[in-house]
Amino acid sequence: MEPLLAILVGLFFAAAIYLMLSKFTIRIMLGIAILGNAVNLLLFTSGRLTREVPPIIPAGLDSLPAGTANPLPQALILTAIVISFSFLTFLLVLTYRAYQDLGTDDTSEMRAAEPDDRPLPPLGY
Amino acid sequence: MAAPTSAVDLSAALITVPVPLGHWLAILPVAHCITLGAVLLMLRAYPRLQAWLAISGLALLALIDAALLAKVVAEGPLTMVMGRWLPPFGIAFTIDLFGALMAFTSALAALAAGIYALTDIGDSGRRYGFFPLLMLLMAGVSGAFLTGDVFNLYVWFEVLLISSFGLIILGSERRQIDGALKYAVLNLIATTLFLVGVGILYAVFGTLNMADIAARARDLRTTAPLMTLASLFLLAFAMKAAAFPVNFWLPAAYHTPRIVVSALFAGLLTKVGIYALIRVVVMLLPVERQELSLLIAFIAAATILVGALGALAENDIRRLFGYIVISGIGNMLAGVALGGTGGGISGAVFYALHSMVLMTALYLAAGEIARRGGGFLLSGLGGLYRQSGGFTALSLVLFLAACGLPPFSGFWPKVILVKAALDSGAWWLAAVILAGGFLTTIAFGRLFLLAYWRPAPMAAKPAAALWRAGLPLAALTALVVGFGILPEQLLALSQSAAAGLADREAYVHSVFPGGIR
Repeated sequence: MEPLLAILVGLFFAAAIYLMLSKFTIRIMLGIAILGNAVNLLLFTSGRLTREVPPIIPAGLDSLPAGTANPLPQALILTAIVISFSFLTFLLVLTYRAYQDLGTDDTSEMRAAEPDDRPLPPLGY
Repeated sequence: MAAPTSAVDLSAALITVPVPLGHWLAILPVAHCITLGAVLLMLRAYPRLQAWLAISGLALLALIDAALLAKVVAEGPLTMVMGRWLPPFGIAFTIDLFGALMAFTSALAALAAGIYALTDIGDSGRRYGFFPLLMLLMAGVSGAFLTGDVFNLYVWFEVLLISSFGLIILGSERRQIDGALKYAVLNLIATTLFLVGVGILYAVFGTLNMADIAARARDLRTTAPLMTLASLFLLAFAMKAAAFPVNFWLPAAYHTPRIVVSALFAGLLTKVGIYALIRVVVMLLPVERQELSLLIAFIAAATILVGALGALAENDIRRLFGYIVISGIGNMLAGVALGGTGGGISGAVFYALHSMVLMTALYLAAGEIARRGGGFLLSGLGGLYRQSGGFTALSLVLFLAACGLPPFSGFWPKVILVKAALDSGAWWLAAVILAGGFLTTIAFGRLFLLAYWRPAPMAAKPAAALWRAGLPLAALTALVVGFGILPEQLLALSQSAAAGLADREAYVHSVFPGGIR
């Protein structure tokens, strides 16, 4: 199971990086969304996978029997999902606002902060 | 329901005695900031009250951090664990000297910025939540400095990142939105890379507690891909800290927000990146740092030169200072590259502390230059010396400190770094550090000539001096002068902080008093 998921994580990373190399902000956002999911899957895989044994201590025992699923990566992923989702929504709003204000979604034309025709510093005194 | 008689010894996993009162100090900076942030959010209809509450809260934060620092100096690393679970099961806040020093200095910088914000942030900025966001930013920054758990470090990074997004777009001008978009995307990618590193770290070690990792790294060195991990962390934190070649987002974004926000970012955020780099690469993976040291040294040299040359070519003083921030990051990276034995790490720690105070002060000075001179562009400024001799003297002190000239705070860390570089045979790195200082001196000399000495280009109306702007600037400058004239105390502190990072016994013992397992 782990090799399969590892390949999937690799594919996700490849797709995310391909999209983030684009100069259009909306594609970059899609890339970031996929990147977040790639990392979540990576965290999931890094906890070692076991099938169909939930991490619940059965009645009469004191500790988890061997072969149960690892609950910690799932807690980590839950945190990471919440964070990456909230960041993505913020970034989407920011992108939309940038599109409204700057009139473009092409990052090479977004030059409000660094205009092309900035004056040179004074060369003499 | 748990059986009443248990065969498992729970006392090995749970805290069964009450936590000593003094240990609460470990979590207090974060808890205080979050609580006050929430209260301030509810008081958004009362901008004046909100401001004064925030400033007294920041002063209290500085006091708490000072108490924490005093406790750590006296008793060694301090650990508090959350939710009764002992490490490595529970999350631990572990404060060693390095973390406490950084937290205290960051609180001082934030306090100064908070006072300056009284002039810089109007009622509308306060209604949009400047002060609550400032408190939450400080919660994130303090949490990052104090936590002893790698995943927790990631979470605090995200807390400070989301607050910084809110701060950077405060005002919603066109160029702010442009700058914020670049800042947000690049920083989010950097934290995601950090999370990738955390995932692999967990896969390799099966634990996320820093002390546990530090103690186990020795046994796993032959089998685990620790070199890959170290490189991944290096890339992620270099992006955060704006090291060459991933530094381009900083000058694109740092000049767009309100000046006090720029000051906070320049003072704190890049230093959090350096802190995390030192914590992970130097403390957790020291052998890998050794292997990577030549690469880090090249990155450091390139960062110093790119920063100093960029500063020379700038017309906007805020962008000029942005390049100075980058150049300073290069000096700290040089310390990381040189390592602990020659004093490189203590140089980096000292430089980081100096840089937090200085960069905040420089950006506040930029705000004052614009308020008195009417703009940020060197081509339009002039005559500031005529207007106010006192402000000119303050600025000159800050400029000389940034160049690394004695007798101000920038001198000593550079001396340590140059000496460490020469001792370890890296003469070229020492030369680059000195050349960086020289180029910075030219850049600041030009700034001083154009903005202060040159006669005013037009009859600008002189702005009145405001204590709200002058007090934080004067206080930070006093710190800069104090660090420079009486460096022994700070030098000793940063040396023992570096020693604590190299010899992790005390840190591990503080988390696991009874030994691991």
